[in-house]
Amino acid sequence: MTDVAKKADTVTLTVDGVEVTAEKGELVIRVAERMGIAIPRFCDHPLLAPAGACRQCLVEVEGQRKPVASCTQTVAEGMVVKTQLSSPVAAKAQAGIMEMLLINHPLDCPTCDKGGECPLQNQAMSTGRADSRFVEHKREYEKPIHISSQVLLDRERCVLCQRCTRFSEEIAGDKFIDLMDRSSGEQINVYRDDFFGGEGTGDGQAGEDEGDVPFNSYFSGNTIQICPVGALTGEQYRFRARPFDLVSSPSACEHCAAGCSQRADHRRGKVLRRLAGDDPAVNEEWNCDKGRWGFRYTTATDRITTPLLRDPASGRLREASWSEALLAAAEGLRDARERGVGVLPGGRLTVEDAYAYAKFARVVLGTNDIDFRARPIRSSGSSPATTEEADFLAASVAGITDVTYEAVENAPSVLIVGLEPEEECPILFLRLRKGHLKRKLTVTAVSPYLSRGLEKLGAALVAAVPGDEARLLNTDPAVAGALSAPGSVLIVGERLATVPGGLSAAAALARRTGARLAWVPRRAGDRGALDAGCLPNLLPGGRPVTDVAARAELSLAWRVEAGVLPSTAGRDVDRIVAAAADGTLGALLVGGVDPADLADPRLAEEALAAVPFVVSLELRQSAVTRHADVVLPIAPAVEKAGTYMDWEGRLRSFAAVLPGTAMTDGRVLEAIAALLDVTLNTGDVSAIRRELGSLPAATARPALPAAEVVEPARPAEREAVLATWHQLLDLGTLLDGDEVLAGTARPPVARIGKDLAESLGVVDGDLVTVSTDRGGVTLPAAITDLPPAVVWLPTNSPGSTVRRSLGVTAGAVVRLQAGVPGPILAEGVAR
Amino acid sequence: MTQPRPEVLQKLTPVLTKRWLSPDAWQIGVYERLDGYLALRKALDVHPDDLIQLVKDSGLRGRGGAGFPTGLKWGFIPQGDGKPHYLVINADEGEPGTCKDLPLMTYDPHSLVEGAIIASYAIRANRAFIYIRGEAVHAARRLRNAVQEAYAKGYLGKNILGSGFDLDLVVHSGAGAYICGEETALLDSLEGFRGQPRLRPPFPAVAGLYASPTVVNNVGTIASVPYIVLGGADWWKSMGTEKSAGPMIYSLSGRITNPGQYECGLGITLRELIELAGGMKPGHNLKFWTPGGSSTPILTAEHIDTPMDFEGVAAAGSILGTTAMQIFSDQDCPVYNTWRWLEFYHHESCGKCTPCREGNYWMVRTYRRILAGQGTYADLDTLQDTADNIFGRSFCGLGDGAATPVVSTLKWFRDDYLGYIEGRTAPRLSEKTLVGAH
Repeated sequence: MTDVAKKADTVTLTVDGVEVTAEKGELVIRVAERMGIAIPRFCDHPLLAPAGACRQCLVEVEGQRKPVASCTQTVAEGMVVKTQLSSPVAAKAQAGIMEMLLINHPLDCPTCDKGGECPLQNQAMSTGRADSRFVEHKREYEKPIHISSQVLLDRERCVLCQRCTRFSEEIAGDKFIDLMDRSSGEQINVYRDDFFGGEGTGDGQAGEDEGDVPFNSYFSGNTIQICPVGALTGEQYRFRARPFDLVSSPSACEHCAAGCSQRADHRRGKVLRRLAGDDPAVNEEWNCDKGRWGFRYTTATDRITTPLLRDPASGRLREASWSEALLAAAEGLRDARERGVGVLPGGRLTVEDAYAYAKFARVVLGTNDIDFRARPIRSSGSSPATTEEADFLAASVAGITDVTYEAVENAPSVLIVGLEPEEECPILFLRLRKGHLKRKLTVTAVSPYLSRGLEKLGAALVAAVPGDEARLLNTDPAVAGALSAPGSVLIVGERLATVPGGLSAAAALARRTGARLAWVPRRAGDRGALDAGCLPNLLPGGRPVTDVAARAELSLAWRVEAGVLPSTAGRDVDRIVAAAADGTLGALLVGGVDPADLADPRLAEEALAAVPFVVSLELRQSAVTRHADVVLPIAPAVEKAGTYMDWEGRLRSFAAVLPGTAMTDGRVLEAIAALLDVTLNTGDVSAIRRELGSLPAATARPALPAAEVVEPARPAEREAVLATWHQLLDLGTLLDGDEVLAGTARPPVARIGKDLAESLGVVDGDLVTVSTDRGGVTLPAAITDLPPAVVWLPTNSPGSTVRRSLGVTAGAVVRLQAGVPGPILAEGVAR
Repeated sequence: MTQPRPEVLQKLTPVLTKRWLSPDAWQIGVYERLDGYLALRKALDVHPDDLIQLVKDSGLRGRGGAGFPTGLKWGFIPQGDGKPHYLVINADEGEPGTCKDLPLMTYDPHSLVEGAIIASYAIRANRAFIYIRGEAVHAARRLRNAVQEAYAKGYLGKNILGSGFDLDLVVHSGAGAYICGEETALLDSLEGFRGQPRLRPPFPAVAGLYASPTVVNNVGTIASVPYIVLGGADWWKSMGTEKSAGPMIYSLSGRITNPGQYECGLGITLRELIELAGGMKPGHNLKFWTPGGSSTPILTAEHIDTPMDFEGVAAAGSILGTTAMQIFSDQDCPVYNTWRWLEFYHHESCGKCTPCREGNYWMVRTYRRILAGQGTYADLDTLQDTADNIFGRSFCGLGDGAATPVVSTLKWFRDDYLGYIEGRTAPRLSEKTLVGAH
């Protein structure tokens, strides 16, 4: 290494007699690690600020009187470091610390979850004594403490390394656990009344416990993963398995568009736990609790394992063989082809499966009536003819990978519209927070109020009445100012689609300021479905269906005759639902879609009931299978290989974690196609990937949409404009059965401003009823700094199913009244 | 009681203690009559840099125990950096045996206030804090009163004595944690956080209180400043030794006739100090003593002529520390004493680092067993090894302080330990004491 020309920002030092070059500021422990020298450690974590608390990593540095902690010592030119390998002093220091760490540590490894993968256990073997000299009593604590419904704490196992508290403070920003007491009684704990004899510190927001403050964080599972002992354990996994009996597989998270790398551990055909995978470019080493713990839906009792056919006589679904069911599906779809088949693949698919739907729709069904968007795609009152979002996606998103996590972290400034990062893309939230704390990234949010999540980003708020965002993007000086620095990023959430002119304004703003634009959808499969062509106006690769050349090239690639691919844009999700409901369409082919997620769930269910033929590719019994004529079971993410495309457009490929017989959507669609004499070639993941890779790329882009800005709704007396978005942990289908996880969901509240609270005569915690002609939602009020006459509701939380109960989405005018408990029907609706 | 000889009496150099016996010297009027606030007027007339140079020239070293040159510390504060500077005075005097700062603040609080103003002026701080030990209620009351009086007289606040210099002085009471005497833990505590030592670097001179350049000085250090300003560096250096200049308050306690504070030039010996204190108590023979609080290695009767300055004590294998000299006789048991100290360190360990948190837990229990007559020969080896594993391995000096009495008593008085183990010495703790001991 000596002959390498030394850069100005490097130093040369010696570790255990070997000369090594290191970057200035690098920690000795990292340099040693690079050289293959493992220095034992507990408090050290590469993504947390150095603490130097456990003292396990002591090494000898020449010229220093005392051994130094290599996790806090930065390198210096000419430094001579001796680790335990070459220094008896370092070796003795480490052995001494290890002995002291163990004196109060219980010998319960045989029953401890961490046993077998425990840094303390492992390093006690490498660095500790064979026998103990300690003959006194060990420290004892009541055990375990539930510091949240998910996380348990066994304090006597804790080595007080503070990784968990440092994570919660530095990374997540949820400082709900901390050190308490001192000396050998020092412990990690949550704020508990009986501990302090205090009054409670609820911050006054309704629904929060006024006494004890539990570990209320969406990221709490990471503390379990980084705990170097068995002090923090998860309720879901506690006492379930031994690590050495588990098979670990890398996987990707199927929940949101963050694209987290994960590790799934399974035993005897069942996933027992999931951990955050290590991917510095995406999730670093973290994930959210939803990704970590939300996986029980695959083992739910209503999982469909065999094809089902509706029996004409009884009207009930009966089990059927694959050949019978596939034939029924093929024949039904063939017969409906004339009238038209709408395809609703949903947003939870892998790229490969989405591609299968896109190809199936065009090649087998000859239609562009396909839309992955299982959500409101326009404002409640907009004309179904507006195609603003689809045009925006075609012009500014599909096939573009401009913005990455790294770009966001390093941006000077970020403007967020239509997205609540902590709730809707938690890992993006973490990265924004990292940028904010470490790189002085300034965050500006156009949102109705400054949420706790936005506060943790130090965000400046441009307060917006829902529906008014487009006007603000066009005219507000703070908005343009937030993007004035070169390298700024504009992040829009999928919710902006419900603001007329919102996405047009965002695209125009990005063009005007030179800011890079990122579109963040909510589901893992959304972005992939977009790029795979699951939109009525786009073919795979983001090429417009109206582009003759694109169709010709694709026909060639797909080996179909010219003219097979439909040449006009198809129906979007709203129009497919409408056309199914009014009897225009002959059939629906539905993937993982919950009608309750659509803009008008009632109409969606009417459509499912009205349409003559429904094929449902589903995992579990659902509102779609209830109406389906043919139900074909498909594999959940854990049982198949595939690729998610995250919001960046980054591909997140994974192999099957569990072996299983369940088929992918693509394999099922291929089988149906085969019965209709079409070779779809979507049965094998690698075949699809090859085919996708060989498709021609988009060349020209359609023009940016320029939808009209519409004046926001004006509420009258006792009315308000509705603001709403999803909470991370809510009634989502993939969270079914995860009661432990639901325990840390944010309590549903109706947020109102002081003006509404006064006019309604309610205080924090009083019930408020929000209603439309369709129905009402009654929740405790949380008085929040909102613009006048705005009410916020969680979109799909217990007691607050906005779309189903109210039939509207953000921006709509709703009625308000001081609430009464019990089931509520709105005025004018018969009980 | 024996009267000290005149030549020994002459060694007393009352400087910081000179007003302690004057009635009501804690009141501003009395203080002013006794040369109070003269130094401030003089200091405000000179350039701050000259004050720093003066303190450098005087050879003043920190009185909190480490003996770091004060002028050098002040010089570390970057000037013209556009950041606020802070002076923080460490008045969290909690080291067992140490009792020099509390009487100073009780009987002569204005000397500290005056020193604080001069020091703040020198380092260009417009806000200074006195972090006083929470238990020292009376001293804090006197200090707060002094600060109020100083504000009323225009010595604090805006445009002090027409100089254009502004200073606010805040007296902050701690909540009873020994660790908050460690300067970075003190800063955390002052900022409202849990008092635990911070990682260094950055040092307080660069990023101290509220991440701004901060000087943290001991009470005695700051209270010395007005005298240096008035008397000059040469006068200051006329006391003490070449490397340990100036007078020092020696706090004598234990088996002597007149316990108390004796201010003498650095370099005086214990023999002379005992003479000043009226000799050993009748019937007591010196057996061991601490030169500067319980955290400094104990010395024995054979060290009675060691010069009590930074260099002399170091040469004897100990540390000058806070010159809190606890004097023990042949009727005291070093094992028992060490246990008492350890109970203190165990109680006061902040818990941040493993060796201090766990090591003290272990050693305390071992001592309890030894003193209950249940010790073994192996315990002595384990104790020695545990103390070795704490010393120099802990995050801050508190761990070193805890290991020190163990190591030094084992070194000098191993036979006293063996007495308990071999049954020659009657147990000092009963079995009952051990039950549920915590």
